[in-house]
This record gives sequence, structure tokens and C-alpha cells, in this order.
Amino acid sequence: MSSFHEGFVWLNDPLNWTNPGGLLDRLEEHLVISLWAVLLGCLVGWPLGIWLGHRGRGGGAVVTLANLTLALPTLALLTILPLTPLGFGKPPVVVALAVFAVPPLLANSYTGLRQIDPETREAARGMGLSGGQLLRRVELPLSVPYLAAGLRTAAVQVVATAALAAFVNGGGLGEIISAGFGIGMSNGGGGQIVAGGIAVAVLALLVEGLLALLQRVVTPRALRGARRGRRLRNKFAT
Amino acid sequence: MSFLSRVPGPAWPLAAPADDGPGNPWFSWRYAHDNADEILTALQFHAGLTARAVIFALIVALPLAIGAYWWRPLAGPILALSGVLYTIPSLALLALVAPAVGTTRDTSVLIALVLYALLVLVRTILAGLTQVPAEVRDAAAGMGYGRFGRLLRIELPLALPGVLTGLRLATVSTVALVTVGSLIGQGGLGDLILGGFRNNFYKAEIMTGAILCVALALVLDLLIAGTGRLVTPWARGRRA
Repeated sequence: MSSFHEGFVWLNDPLNWTNPGGLLDRLEEHLVISLWAVLLGCLVGWPLGIWLGHRGRGGGAVVTLANLTLALPTLALLTILPLTPLGFGKPPVVVALAVFAVPPLLANSYTGLRQIDPETREAARGMGLSGGQLLRRVELPLSVPYLAAGLRTAAVQVVATAALAAFVNGGGLGEIISAGFGIGMSNGGGGQIVAGGIAVAVLALLVEGLLALLQRVVTPRALRGARRGRRLRNKFAT
Repeated sequence: MSFLSRVPGPAWPLAAPADDGPGNPWFSWRYAHDNADEILTALQFHAGLTARAVIFALIVALPLAIGAYWWRPLAGPILALSGVLYTIPSLALLALVAPAVGTTRDTSVLIALVLYALLVLVRTILAGLTQVPAEVRDAAAGMGYGRFGRLLRIELPLALPGVLTGLRLATVSTVALVTVGSLIGQGGLGDLILGGFRNNFYKAEIMTGAILCVALALVLDLLIAGTGRLVTPWARGRRA
């Protein structure tokens, strides 16, 4: 329990928040990295998932991809990508995180389009909607809850995984933890380690809560009772 | 107190071998050969930690899931709690557990791993149990099975495919998750990955760790899937 107490003492020191490289700095880095990673993931995952779902093909590939990334440690990508032409700094971290954001976005958008009642689709076709109109006016609105569920899962995962960026000096709240280990347990680093842990955990829970709220808001009232999209999430190194 | 001081890297005894070819290759048999001992030790540690975590988690998850299955009011809180715990990042959990448990042994990593695997397992076992058709349960009750007999002879075997899926999911993600333990130098193959990164970005070491990690996950997954096929002969026909 004493380490928890030290953690709160550390959090209670305003300098630890406002120092250069303090909590606020790291929080900003963390959020910026996460935002770009989620954006990049959305740019890849959504169009692909929507297209596959619209065509009704490639379900097996989606599942395989999701399973494959499950076995891939985040740490491996985080260490390998900086050594590629991406170079060091933020870009490889963003790409690494985006790689793990794609499967939930992809899988949820795919199921979102596939779960639509075939009769609805038939009716829309019968009314003379073309493929593009069907997608825009019928399929996309009906799959919004699934898209939102995918976004929530992906975003929470990215925010959680971004803590690992500290392993490769990529910034983010994880730096607080690893700097605490750098100070050493015997030199009073324990409080900082625990404080970093608390900060990362609270941030993840906050993002989860906020996005759950967003998901509820964007879901049309008529669909609210319906089962939410299967929350496909992998935990390999988040 | 220097804020930016880093954790000293684990003392892997290697610099890039001199006759390793020019530059910094992505893979080197020479590295693998010269450091076979370290690599094997890391692999063993990794596999052992994974096995211990999954087995402990299974031992704890079964009674929890059965409890939630028998007393439905428990299911809501158990699932909600597991959802919240699952959201907490592994690094944060490790940072919270490690100072309390000590950083010189792998106990804190084990605790974090068990918690995550536990959550996956409780959910899948509960899902498997609730999927048992009500008619089957009624028939079993009609044949005179008591609560325990029905659980052991009817419900658990029928839930087995779901349990095995959960077990595979938990194992594969645990293998990947062990690498986070390299924060305190208890990450098995993760230590290789991070060690290579800190050792002047020695690519061969990083790659060896990463490849072995993925391979270990796939091998364990196939192993469990194979065992699952053996113990659920009735499910074989259904899946093509």
C-alpha cells in the first residue's frame, strides 16, 4: 500500500504536472500520437471494411487478419519500424499503433454492413437504388452503431498501447513510468511508477467512457435496443 | 533526479559480430548460432510464463464462470468488472503491481498476465455455458441429473468448444503480452527485442525475438486447436 501512497504524493506535487516532460507534456504527446494513429487506422480500416461488407466478400480474410495481429507483439512493431525508412520519432510509433487499430475498425465495419437484413437490401434495390445509393442511404446509416463500436474499441486500444511507446523513447505517458524505473525503486522511483500507472489507467478508462457516450449519441434511437457490434479487441500488448 | 534517465538495458552479451556481413542485417544465422543459449533461455522463460499464466487463469476462471452461470445476478457485475479491468492498459497494471510485489522476480508480470487471461476466459466460458440449449438442460434434469452431475456430464462438455476458443484467444494474447514484462527485464523474448533495440539497434536480435514470439503463439494455438479436435470428436463434422 505504501507504494500507492507514494504514487499519490507524487501526483500531488504540481511541479510533476507542469515540469517540462511532466504529466501535462506527456499527456499531450500521448493524445497527439493516439489521435493520428486512430485517424490513420480509420483511413485504412473503414473504407476497406465497408467495401468488403458491401461486396459481401472477404470475411475469412478479415478474421484471419484480426487473428494474425493478435499474435504480433506491439513491442516488436515499435522496435522494428524506427529502423525502416520511417525513421525515428513519432511517425513509426503512429504507424505501429495504427496497425493495431485497423483490425477492430475493419472487422466491425464489415460485420456492420453484413448484419443488415438482406430483405432491407432487396427492398432498396427494388426501389431502384444503385449500388452507391444503396451504400450511402441504406447500408451506412444502418451500420453506424457498428462503426462507432469499432472506433471505440480501436481508440481505447490505441490509447492503451501508446503507453508502450516509451519503450522506444517515443513519448507519451509511458515515459513517466519508464523514467520512474530509471530512477530506481530504491531511490524513490516507486511513487512515480505508480503515478504513471494511475495516469495511464485513468486516461484509458476516460476515453472508454467518453466514446461509449459518443456511441450512444450517434446510434439512432430505433437501433438502440439492438445488440451492439461484437467488440473485437485484442489484448496482445495494450 | 534526472527525469530522462533510462532503464539500463539487460546485459545481453553481444555486439554485432564482426563477420556478420556489412552493416546491420535483419537476420543473421551467425547471431542465432552464437547466442543460442540466451535465445533458448528466453524462449523457455516465455513459454513457461505463458503456460503458468494461462493455467492459473483457467483454474480461477472456471469457478467464477460457473458461479455466474448458476447465480445469474452475479453475471452482470462479473462481466462489468472484467470489462473495466480489461480496459486498463497492461503497462499501467504492471506499473501498479510491480512496486508492490517487487521487480526482481516475474511474479508481477505473472499477476498481470493472469488477470488479463482470466477476463478473456471468464467471458468465453460463460458464453459457452449459456449457449447450452434449454431443452438439453431440461432433458438432463428429467434424466435425474443433479446440479453438479449436469454441469460435469452435460454442460461443460457442450461448452467445451467455446472454452477452447477462449483458451486459444487467451494463450495467443498472453504470448504477445509477456513482452511487456521487459519493462522490468522479465519479458522473455521481449527482452531480446528490447535488448536489440538498446544494443545499437541490432536488427538481427530484434527480428529473432519477434519471429520467435509470433511462432510460439502460432505453435501454441495449433497445439490447443489440435487438442480441442481430439477431445470434441462430436464437433468435427459440423465444421468443414
